[in-house]
Amino acid sequence: MDTALINLIIFVALGTVSLVLSVLAVSSKSLLRSATYLLLVLLCTAGFYLFLNYHFLAAVQVSVYAGGVVILFVFAIFLTTKNDEKMVPHERRRYVLGALAMLAGVALTAFILLKREYLYRDNTSMLGDAELSMQTIGQTLMGTEKYQYLLPFEVLSILLLACIIGGLLIAKKK
Amino acid sequence: MFHLEIITKWLDEFLRTYLLDGWALFIEFVLIGVAILAAYAVLALILIWLERKVCAFFQCRLGPNRVGPFGLLQSVADMIKILLKELIKINKVDPFLFRTAMFLVIIASICTFGALPFDKGIQAVDFNIGVFYLLAVSSLGVVGILIAGWSSNNKYTLIGAMRSGAQLISYELSCGLALMTIVMLSGSLQLSEIVAQQSYAWNIFRGGIPAIIALIIYLIAGHAETNRGPFDLPEAESELTAGYHTEYSGIQFGFFYLAEYLNMFIIAAIASTLFLGGWMPFHIPGWAGFNAVMDLIPPVIWFFGKTFACIFLALWVRWTMPRLRIDQLLNLEWKILMPLSLINIILMALWIIYV
Repeated sequence: MDTALINLIIFVALGTVSLVLSVLAVSSKSLLRSATYLLLVLLCTAGFYLFLNYHFLAAVQVSVYAGGVVILFVFAIFLTTKNDEKMVPHERRRYVLGALAMLAGVALTAFILLKREYLYRDNTSMLGDAELSMQTIGQTLMGTEKYQYLLPFEVLSILLLACIIGGLLIAKKK
Repeated sequence: MFHLEIITKWLDEFLRTYLLDGWALFIEFVLIGVAILAAYAVLALILIWLERKVCAFFQCRLGPNRVGPFGLLQSVADMIKILLKELIKINKVDPFLFRTAMFLVIIASICTFGALPFDKGIQAVDFNIGVFYLLAVSSLGVVGILIAGWSSNNKYTLIGAMRSGAQLISYELSCGLALMTIVMLSGSLQLSEIVAQQSYAWNIFRGGIPAIIALIIYLIAGHAETNRGPFDLPEAESELTAGYHTEYSGIQFGFFYLAEYLNMFIIAAIASTLFLGGWMPFHIPGWAGFNAVMDLIPPVIWFFGKTFACIFLALWVRWTMPRLRIDQLLNLEWKILMPLSLINIILMALWIIYV
């Protein structure tokens, strides 16, 4: 078995699992089940990042999405739904529209992928040889020079601060 | 120093001489998986025996002493018993979620366990982002606990899960901030690098006062993360029977039980790796003879010695302190530990610049 074949097997396995789980996440009857499927999809995405050697992004994906956002979802579901509540099926028209939107999305992505020859080849960057060191990521995130991200980082933290203040205001209002 | 690296290197070369690279890698993956699972189970048995012995010691009893010498085989017997127990089918639970929950909890625990550096060469993956990986993966267990509590369709389990979720999310903050101070000191997230830097002075000596404060905060917050000791509100017997795993039986309950004990081990192991030098022996700069004597003790023994010292502290606290109320628990985190660890980060920055 050479490396390319192993990589292909891992990629196909990850892709299939995440596809199936994404469909399950939107089609499941119970809200908490959907949240669990979503968690597994997000973990698969982290697997893709690991596969591409983006270790940092994979860990961020796990800790922010799987460890943070999904927990928020689960808490929200706990607080708002009853245990035996089931989802009402949608009207048929929405299913048709949803399927059309999905087909359009698949067609667009396939067109771009096939047109630009991004497809799996004997391409070293696809095999993921180069890993960006943590020091580089940290310095880029905290630097003030060209192509460095201190300003966006601080702007985002102001956004978070606004969220916290908003949350406090809502919680205080009786 | 006698590193177990010799064995793993020899195995790697042996497999590579007789097999293609891909197959050699595959066999190594399988071997590593089996080794991690086996170590996980064996450590759990040792920890359960240790907990019962130490608990008995604090309560002036003898503890298990019938099966095997000093009751050593007691937890093996318990393991066989729990494997043979019936899995009771509960009415009106969501079967998929009910069964997924325990796997989420134990997988999060095993993933964290797998990345620990037991010795040079005895580490399954040495990520560049080591510490961050440990924090990220261990946060997955919370989802498992929440789902377990909800899917059991029982108000006690639901309340237990809610309490546990709130507690774990809160204490994760001070855990992360305490580890962050050490990351600042060593300038790296890679676990092997952090251990290698401590060859002459463990981080707790190198980092001085801020490192000691960080260790204390980490031990308290980590202890709360394991849902044990004075922080065991999620499974307070007097109020909630057994919290989020009330409805689980047999080995399904066993999974939660295993994960709880191994999380205690993982917290202790992370504390010993980041603060107490990991597998590095105790060295004093300049004392060549003393250092040579310390090098005679194998690094694995150093690692497990430090880890079990931290575990003993955790057991001591568990069997000494009374349980906290929920408001005391949240006050401790949000009003004491978190501000303290934020100040501690500034203190560490000053320490790095001026000392």
